[in-house]
Amino acid sequence: MLEYILFGLIIVVGTGGELCLGRAMKETGEPEKFRPSAVLRLLGRALRVKWIWIGVAMMATAFFSLLLLLSFEDVSFVVPVTALSYLVGALGGIFFLGERVSWQRWIGIALVCIGVTLVVIGR
Amino acid sequence: MHTRIHLKTYLLIAVMVVAGPIGNLLIAKAMKQTGPIRYWPPSELLHVFLQVFGSFTIWAGIACLITFIVAFMLALSVADYSYVQPAAALGYVMIALLGVFLLGEKVSPLHWAGIAVICLGVSFIRGTHPRTTENPD
Repeated sequence: MLEYILFGLIIVVGTGGELCLGRAMKETGEPEKFRPSAVLRLLGRALRVKWIWIGVAMMATAFFSLLLLLSFEDVSFVVPVTALSYLVGALGGIFFLGERVSWQRWIGIALVCIGVTLVVIGR
Repeated sequence: MHTRIHLKTYLLIAVMVVAGPIGNLLIAKAMKQTGPIRYWPPSELLHVFLQVFGSFTIWAGIACLITFIVAFMLALSVADYSYVQPAAALGYVMIALLGVFLLGEKVSPLHWAGIAVICLGVSFIRGTHPRTTENPD
């Protein structure tokens, strides 16, 4: 039972945290130029957006869940399951960030999931 | 405008794909240099802490991971999450190449097949527009 909860936390909360980061960066906007000063100003603005802190808290929760899960499950079992985060990420992109995911992008995401699983099994 | 977004996104994803795996590799190397960690007595833990953070390797690894997270945040300010997240899976290709060319590791045919499938998937994603939403500013 515990492993299902941890898998859920890693996939949903971890990806959710990255989606919050995405929301914060969309609210912050792009840097005018890629100069260090412009990038630092942008990061400073981003740190004032609440979604960053929600995202960091969620990503930290997912990270510690991953450490806990790896303490009693094999990496070759854990990583292929967490490859599902690419699918959850695309759904979050659509429903949380309002992105349009075309069929071509869906095919690409599905192939990446399969590829990551093969890489880990092939170790 | 169209090309500018593409170029920025490719550049930032390239930085993520290079900096992330190299950072992890350097941190793993620094941790292995310390050998098995003894947690007791506390002075032993302090000794390990000083040994780890006294090495150049760990700081180089931390610098790479900071570069990775900054590139990730910038990429998300430019492009869709559903574009950046799967495209960053090219990091697995980087890990395999680093393993083969730097560490002399053997990579199994199944592992190479997985890398080929990831590259195929990313080429599909690359064919879509990096940003399908409008930034507020």
